[in-house]
Amino acid sequence: MTSDFLLSLAQAVSKGLLTGMVYGLMALGLSVIFGVMRVVNFAHGEIMVVGMYLAWMGFEYLQVSPMLSLPVIAALFFAAGYALQRTLISPFIGRPEHQQFLLLLAVAILLVNGCLAIAGPDSRSIQMESQFDSYDLGPLVFDAVRLHAALAAVAIAGLLWLFFTRTRTGKSIRAAADNNMGALVVGLDVRRLYAFTFGVGAACVGAAGALMITIIPVTPFLAAEYTLLAFVIVIVGGLGSMTGALMGGLLIGVSEAVAGLLLQPSLKSMVSFGILILVLLLRPQGLFGKSGA
Amino acid sequence: MKLIRRLTDGVPSRALWALGVLLVALLVAPALLGKYGLSVLILILYFAFVGQAWNIMMGFAGQLSLGHALYAGLGGYVAAGLFFHYGLGPWAGVFVAVAAAAAAGAIVGYLGFRFSLAGVYFALLTIAFSEFTRLAFDHWEWAGGSGGLFLKVDSTVDVWNLRGGPLLFYYLILALAVGAFILCRALLESRLGRYWLAIREDAEAAQAVGVPVLRCKMIAVVISAGLTALAGVWNAFYYNNLFPETAFAMGRSIEITLAPIIGGLGTLFGPMVGAVVLTGLGEVFTDASEYFHVPGMKQIFYGLALLVIVIYRPAGIWPWLAGRLGIGERRP
Repeated sequence: MTSDFLLSLAQAVSKGLLTGMVYGLMALGLSVIFGVMRVVNFAHGEIMVVGMYLAWMGFEYLQVSPMLSLPVIAALFFAAGYALQRTLISPFIGRPEHQQFLLLLAVAILLVNGCLAIAGPDSRSIQMESQFDSYDLGPLVFDAVRLHAALAAVAIAGLLWLFFTRTRTGKSIRAAADNNMGALVVGLDVRRLYAFTFGVGAACVGAAGALMITIIPVTPFLAAEYTLLAFVIVIVGGLGSMTGALMGGLLIGVSEAVAGLLLQPSLKSMVSFGILILVLLLRPQGLFGKSGA
Repeated sequence: MKLIRRLTDGVPSRALWALGVLLVALLVAPALLGKYGLSVLILILYFAFVGQAWNIMMGFAGQLSLGHALYAGLGGYVAAGLFFHYGLGPWAGVFVAVAAAAAAGAIVGYLGFRFSLAGVYFALLTIAFSEFTRLAFDHWEWAGGSGGLFLKVDSTVDVWNLRGGPLLFYYLILALAVGAFILCRALLESRLGRYWLAIREDAEAAQAVGVPVLRCKMIAVVISAGLTALAGVWNAFYYNNLFPETAFAMGRSIEITLAPIIGGLGTLFGPMVGAVVLTGLGEVFTDASEYFHVPGMKQIFYGLALLVIVIYRPAGIWPWLAGRLGIGERRP
């Protein structure tokens, strides 16, 4: 073990942690939607890729940095998610899983091929002036863009936590998630809350997309991979648990970075799937999930 | 004779006649269809067959697998690899292929069922194993790695080594599809089939009345994986190439699930009807999208079609169609 190796390991871990925070935000959207209405959003990665494309377009055609277009994208996605839940998904709540799967698969196919039709198959990325800036912390070097994206992701997750613990709507949503019947009995408009939840979940993943485009180029074909990645993260962290989604994001981000360093970059998702299999078998409620949930 | 009587018991005679006419039509179809027509029919039969195989696990026993590409890919790779490296003909290799896939199915199934994963969790376990295997094959030299495994294309017909044109593969897949159909009918009529339906409807209640739940689920996944491996072997020798990227792709797994879901989960005709509808739509959309010169147009049509079907016929096309035709194969 040379100090060179330790340094590159520390570098990989820190890079993985930063990417992992954005992963966590993405997974948070999936976790919130599942935790509240027990609908598995098989179009999650596709929604994020749409967010990445919107941020890219904002930058390419309007010269707006993704950090500035992020609130707009999040608001748009909230509205779209709300509408999507109200129109398409609502009738499918409580239906067999394979029907929900097929519905969201159809939505996913439409989204990803819509991107393909509009933006083409080429890889798109953002070249900002701050692209090569970095911060030094002792011997470690942090990419400025990655650090900013990670901080923004944490800030948004913090806002979400405030929303769910401090606001009336947020608390009502949690009540409906804990006890659907009870929520109906005390007069909560559960259908509206569900639509609100889907909107919040979509806004999360849209915001994650706007951050992700600053660190990774986008192609339509990435969408399915992101859906899988989001699943891996929330299952590892614990479906329905907010802390779990964030911690799962960090864990997978770090494991990817370290596997890329120690093994081969192409083997990095093998490690993630290995972790997923282990967690499913040994602790199916996830690392941070409540048992029996 | 007794077996035939048991299989046809309670089936109206006009339905039997219709099936007979359909079989004869499929047997003589190559003489009437052109090259293109035959290739479409081959595709339909392929999806009907793998759909039937998947349906045993999900439609009958209620276990959602989204990783069936694992079994198809494994079957194809084993048979093609044995042929490629050791010259072992596919008629012998197929046994190894089926055994390998059945073993993989048993491992995935045992881990999933033993740790009582259900629904989405079980589906994710199947995806994870399939993806894990894809990445492993990507880096496995014997199987050609990510560069793929290629079988020599030979125009001479050699049935013993499965070398030949579309006609050979047409009759093979027809035999498989017919065989799977009869097998599924027999399974549904058996005690095991009743156990599966009981488990699908309520596993806990089934357990309580003494159904050996774990064993029945295991049998379902092993049969389903074994049949899917047959499709994989057929696929490998029909197309003569294998890539981990496509053989184990999640898209391949999803493709396998669509015909039975669209056609009608748990029904015998569902996978067939679904295969006809989806393949037919796919061909129509391929033609239609050529007018647009936009990438992804075919898939957009396809997505819209899926959306319309799942909204208006969530239980599948066949149960509705059968009702309209007055045949009424209810979902058993």
